[in-house]
Amino acid sequence: MTAPVATGAAGFLARYEGLKVHLPGARKPWLNTLRADAAVHFAARGFPTRRIEQWKYTDLAPVAQSSFAEPLTMVEGAIALPVANAAHRAVFVDGRFRSDLSTLDGLAHRVGSLAQDLNAAEPFLGALAKPGSEPLVALNTMLFEDGLFIDLPEGLDGGLLELVSIAVDPGRPFAFHPRHLIRLAAGARLTLIETATGRGQCLHNPVFEIEVAEGATFTHGRMLQEEATVFHLSTIYAAIAAGGTYDNFTVAAGPRLTRNEIHAALTGPKAACHMNGAQMAADGQHVDTTTSLDHAAPDCASRQTYKTVLAGRSRGVFQGKIFVHQAAQKTDGYQMNQALLLSENAEIDSKPQLEIYADDVKCSHGATVGALDADSLFYLRSRGIPESQAKAMLVEAFLHEAVETVTDETLRTALTRALDNWWARQGAAA
Amino acid sequence: MLRIEGLTAEIDGKQILKGIDLEVPTGEVHAIMGPNGSGKSTLSYVLSGREGYEVTGGSATFDGHDILAMEPEERAAAGLFLAFQYPVELPGVGNATFLRTALNAQRKARGESELDAMQFLKLARERMKALSMSDDMLKRGVNVGFSGGEKKRNEILQMALLKPSIAILDETDSGLDIDALKIVADGVNAMRGPDFSALVITHYQRLLDYIVPDRVHVLMQGRIVKSGGPELAKELEAQGYAAVQAAA
Ligand SMILES: Nc1ncnc2c1ncn2[C@@H]1O[C@H](COP(=O)(O)OP(=O)(O)OP(=O)(O)O)[C@@H](O)[C@H]1O
Ligand SMILES: [Mg+2]
Repeated sequence: MTAPVATGAAGFLARYEGLKVHLPGARKPWLNTLRADAAVHFAARGFPTRRIEQWKYTDLAPVAQSSFAEPLTMVEGAIALPVANAAHRAVFVDGRFRSDLSTLDGLAHRVGSLAQDLNAAEPFLGALAKPGSEPLVALNTMLFEDGLFIDLPEGLDGGLLELVSIAVDPGRPFAFHPRHLIRLAAGARLTLIETATGRGQCLHNPVFEIEVAEGATFTHGRMLQEEATVFHLSTIYAAIAAGGTYDNFTVAAGPRLTRNEIHAALTGPKAACHMNGAQMAADGQHVDTTTSLDHAAPDCASRQTYKTVLAGRSRGVFQGKIFVHQAAQKTDGYQMNQALLLSENAEIDSKPQLEIYADDVKCSHGATVGALDADSLFYLRSRGIPESQAKAMLVEAFLHEAVETVTDETLRTALTRALDNWWARQGAAA
Repeated sequence: MLRIEGLTAEIDGKQILKGIDLEVPTGEVHAIMGPNGSGKSTLSYVLSGREGYEVTGGSATFDGHDILAMEPEERAAAGLFLAFQYPVELPGVGNATFLRTALNAQRKARGESELDAMQFLKLARERMKALSMSDDMLKRGVNVGFSGGEKKRNEILQMALLKPSIAILDETDSGLDIDALKIVADGVNAMRGPDFSALVITHYQRLLDYIVPDRVHVLMQGRIVKSGGPELAKELEAQGYAAVQAAA
C-alpha cells in the first residue's frame, strides 16, 4: 500500500533521505549524527496524534495528511517587509537568512545566520531542544536549513533587535523548519521583537533554544501573524540560570493553526520567567498555547497570563504545566488564563496542571471563560455607541490588559498594533 | 414629548410593568417615586432598550417616534439618556476614550462633525470643572475604582456632554453627600430649558427641593397610582406610600 506521493511523516523522512547530503553542515559529522538521530526519533513517533496527552485538543491530522515540499531554492528580488520596530533586524525568507534584507551592521556581538556559523553553534545545538524530546523538534532537527544565531557576551546590552520571518507562497504546499539559537552570557541583555508573516499552504515549524545565563535578561516579543492558510507550530526551549529573566509575550493571530509551545526551566536560584500572551482565532482557526514551567531551583518566580479571544467556529487551547521540584523551595508561581468567546460556536479547552514536590511554595492558577458582558455592552450602546463598535471596545479592553504587563514601550506598541490589526480584520470580515 | 401608554413589560415571564400611562411634555421635569421593587428601574431600562425585558403591550413614543422599535444606540442618538442607578465599571476602557467615542458616535449619527482629542479634552475639562470632578477621572477606566458618588457624577458628566433632549435619572441622588447632591442638581438645572425634559426617579424628597419638578408620579406595583404637583412628594415623605395609595 504505497501512496504515489508520500504524505506527512513519511514524506518528510523521504525528503530527509534525499536532502541530507545537501543540507547545511552535511559535511560535519556531529551535525549528521544529530540529524540522523532526529530522523530515527521522527520515524518512530511521526506527527503527534490526539492520543498523546499534550495533543489531546489539537489535531495535527491536516498537517500529517498533507504533502509539503521545500521552499523554492531562493526567493529573489524585492519583498515587502513589515513595518520596522527597531534599527537592527534579521530577515529570513522561507526560513533562510537574507543578508540583503537584514540590517545588522555595526553590531559587536555574534548575530546572524546559523547556517553560516555552524561551528560556533556545535556545543549548543540540540542541547536544550533534544531530538528525542518532541516529534516536532525531531522534524526540525532533521530538516532545518537556517535560523537566527545570537551569542551575547558577558555583560553586553544587545538593545533591541528584530527577527522577521516571511513565507512567500510558491503556489504549492511547502514547509520550513528554522532553528533559532539564542544565548545570553552572564549579565547580558536583549529585547527581540519577532514577526512572522506569510501566505500560501505552508508549514512553519520553528524551534528556539534559548539560554539565559546568570543575571541576564532576555525579553522576547512574538507576533505570529501569518495568513489563515498557514500552519504555525513553534517550540521554544529556554533555560534560565540564577538571577536571570526570560520574558516571553506572544500574540498569535492569523494562522489556520497555531501551536505556541514553550518549555522553560528555572535552573538557578532567583531566576524568573514571565510568559504572557494573547491568542485569537476567527472562524475555522485553531490556537493552542501549551506551556511547561520547570521550577528546579529555590526562590524562583514565574508569572503567566494568557488571553484567548475566539470568534466564529473556532477553537482555543491553553495547557499550562508548572512542575516544582523538591529543591525548589520558596517558589512563587502564578498562572492565569482567560478566554472570551464571541460566538456560540467557539470552544476553549483549558488545562492547568500543577505538580509540586516542595513544601514551602506559593503557586496559584485560575481560569475564566465568558462571553462579552451584556451589561457592559448595554452601557456603551445606551451612550449611542453602535453595537459593533461597542464590542470592539470591550474586546480591545480585554486584550490590552494582557499587554499592560509589557514594560518595553516599543514592544508594547508593536504588540498592541498586532492586536488591533486582528480585531480590525475581524470587523472587516463580519 | 415622551408619551407612554398602557405599557406592560415582563422579565423572565414575570410581569413587572402593568400598564404605565405617563406623559412628559417637552421642557418639563417630572419625578417618579415609589417603593423598592415597584418597577422604576424596569421602566427606565425598557425605555432605553436593555435586553431581557419583553414589552407585552402598550407604546412609548418620543416626539412621535416609536422608541421601543429602536436599538439602544438609536434611542441615544434620538436624544434619550439614562443615568444608571448602578453605573457599570469597564476595566480597560479609558474614561476619556469612552466619553469621546460616545460623543462622536452621537455627533456622527446626527450628521455633525466629530471632535478631535484636543477639542474633546477642552470640552470635557470645562464640564468636569462645573461638576467639581478631578481631571484624574478621565485617565482611569470607566467607573473603575470610582466611589459611589463619583460614579453618579460621571453619569451627570455624560449627560452634560451628550446633551440629551430627555434624560431619565435613576436614583442619581442615592449615595451622594449634601454638597454632591447640590452639584448634581445644578448640573440638571443647567440643562433645563424649552428643549429639555427629564424623568427623575428618586426616593428622597430632598432632591426635589433642588430640582423642582413640574409633576410628581407615584409608581406602585407596576402602575402609576397617583400624580400631582411638587407638594405630592412632601405628602409621600410625611405619610408614606400606603396612605397615599389608600387615598388614591
Ligand atoms: N432580572 C430580573 N429577573 C427577575 N426579576 C427582576 C429582574 N430585574 C428586576 N426584577 C424584579 O422586578 C421588580 C422591579 O424591579 P426594579 O428594579 O424595576 O424596581 P425599582 O422600583 O427600581 O426598585 P428600587 O427602588 O429598589 O431601585 C422587582 O421585584 C425585581 O425583583
Ligand atoms: Mg431601581
